[in-house]
Amino acid sequence: MSTNVIEQTANPPAPQPVPWSKRLASGRVYLGALIVLVWGLGPFYWMVVTALRDPAYTFDNTPWPTHVTFENFRNAFDTSRGNNFGRALGNSVIIGTATTVVALLIGIMAAYALARLTFKGKYLVSGLILSASMFPVVVLVTPLFQLFTDLGWIGHYQAMIIPNISFVLPMTVYILASFFAELPWELEEAARIDGASRFQAFRLIMLPLAAPAVFTTAILAFIAAVNEYLLARLLSSDKTEPVTVAVARFSGNNPLVQPYTAIMAAGTIVTIPLVIMVLLFQRRIISGLTAGGVKS
Amino acid sequence: MGVSARAWVFVTPVLLALAVVIGYPVVRALIMSFQKDSGLDKATGMFVEGGGAGFSNYTHWLLEQCTNSLGETVDCPTGNLGSQFWTAIGVTLLFTVVTVALEATIGLGMAVIMGKTFKGRALLRAAVLIPWAIPTAVTARLWEFMFQYDGVVNRLFGTHILWTADPWPARFAVIAADVWKTTPFMALLILAGLQVIPEDVYEAARVDGASAWQRFWNITMPLLKPALLVAVLFRTMDALRMYDLPAIMTQSNPATRTISMLVVDQVRQGPNSASALSVITFLLIFTVAFFLVKVLGANAVRTQEEQREAH
Repeated sequence: MSTNVIEQTANPPAPQPVPWSKRLASGRVYLGALIVLVWGLGPFYWMVVTALRDPAYTFDNTPWPTHVTFENFRNAFDTSRGNNFGRALGNSVIIGTATTVVALLIGIMAAYALARLTFKGKYLVSGLILSASMFPVVVLVTPLFQLFTDLGWIGHYQAMIIPNISFVLPMTVYILASFFAELPWELEEAARIDGASRFQAFRLIMLPLAAPAVFTTAILAFIAAVNEYLLARLLSSDKTEPVTVAVARFSGNNPLVQPYTAIMAAGTIVTIPLVIMVLLFQRRIISGLTAGGVKS
Repeated sequence: MGVSARAWVFVTPVLLALAVVIGYPVVRALIMSFQKDSGLDKATGMFVEGGGAGFSNYTHWLLEQCTNSLGETVDCPTGNLGSQFWTAIGVTLLFTVVTVALEATIGLGMAVIMGKTFKGRALLRAAVLIPWAIPTAVTARLWEFMFQYDGVVNRLFGTHILWTADPWPARFAVIAADVWKTTPFMALLILAGLQVIPEDVYEAARVDGASAWQRFWNITMPLLKPALLVAVLFRTMDALRMYDLPAIMTQSNPATRTISMLVVDQVRQGPNSASALSVITFLLIFTVAFFLVKVLGANAVRTQEEQREAH
């Protein structure tokens, strides 16, 4: 007994083995993480693998590409079957950029007012904007289709850009307002005491501070605008259709056989830039998304 | 200029934009829905320019009634879009209930995993954003491809199912694609709600000897409820207007035709009766939103107040 006590005090305590319950718990977390990872990446990986397969082996179903070829990426841009994917890519950039720029320009002002100024009817305004974000697009489809037919706008960019702006605006305003609300008040106060007008304070102090938020919002607005399909399907022509419509109606040489490898190549081309943006700005995008979603 | 006036200058452009693209069309849709579609008069065979329709555009959908060649009101024949109204309502509600339930449950699980601290957590959160970033039209083609007869889904599970053609498999396919795409977004919203819960509440419960399950049900769930309800409300609104996935994945399969698809299919055939259908759609979505906010939302506010009192 006594020798035992001496031994124990003489030697530093041996490192405790990690208890099984803890090991099991961390094992479970990693297993869960793996499932989530496969969930996020699996189908996307399958799209890329298929895009790299020789069309003759479309349904090979091996987990890696067999008969690797880049021909599909060329086929995606082949205009001989009425597909105009290259042009559609350009159209999406035009529609997405125009929507984002205008929505940000007018959204920033409203967001600033809602986050920083007190005025009568403030809650009415924010309620109106919130309800607009929940408004079903499909209700507007018929009257917009009629109106744009009357105006001769069908097949012109503005027929898609103007409705898109309004659909992206509520999100833009909410995300920016939640960012503005978090900026320190003292800076603006100090500027005001130093004699800056409210507009100067907004332009010189708040706007530069909000630049990262504006950038994040721009990415989110752009992704949302590029994603739009329902209106584009009705309001675009062959010349103005965006990638969503182009990918949806993509066809090949045989009308009975879908050219899936080319479609997956087209999908990959559309998705890769968006995925890169998402990976680069992951943190900001998550905070932007949750700001718009939870705090409203 | 006073602060209030200046604030109105700041918000006016947004309100104007919303009024032009949402306010005006809504009014116009209402007016259109009470007018006859121009076309050949079934009774006389002459071209007519419309005129007042009363509620006939509404009864066309709600009672599935059409006008036959003699000008009589009869049940819409199979194949006519009018005969698909209640099916479309059923499909839309089915999609909404099933996808939102699955997305909330799986999203909660994902959020719990993503909230743990482990190596590679940032990578996981980035990976989860990928389904969200892919445009829905591309997602639709991707899952349509995976659900082909010779596709990877049948191969993985050793099945021989016509996923996009048969009614229930087609519905399952659309639901699977939607759940894949939107669950991560739901998970991020829930995660944001989880991170607001202070760690010391758990610590106290642990000291008091609460098990993991008890902590989850008695702490996490009640405190998470407001965030969860907002997420559910947003997703429900989205699911009720579902269009892209079924329209592209299963095209004209009536088993997956949602109300939004019915409206779009009707627009070119008769814009005025399509307007009536969009008004009905709006009322349906408004009712569901009102119900969610009133019944569940009020509950969420009460939960928050109870918590504040408890502290």
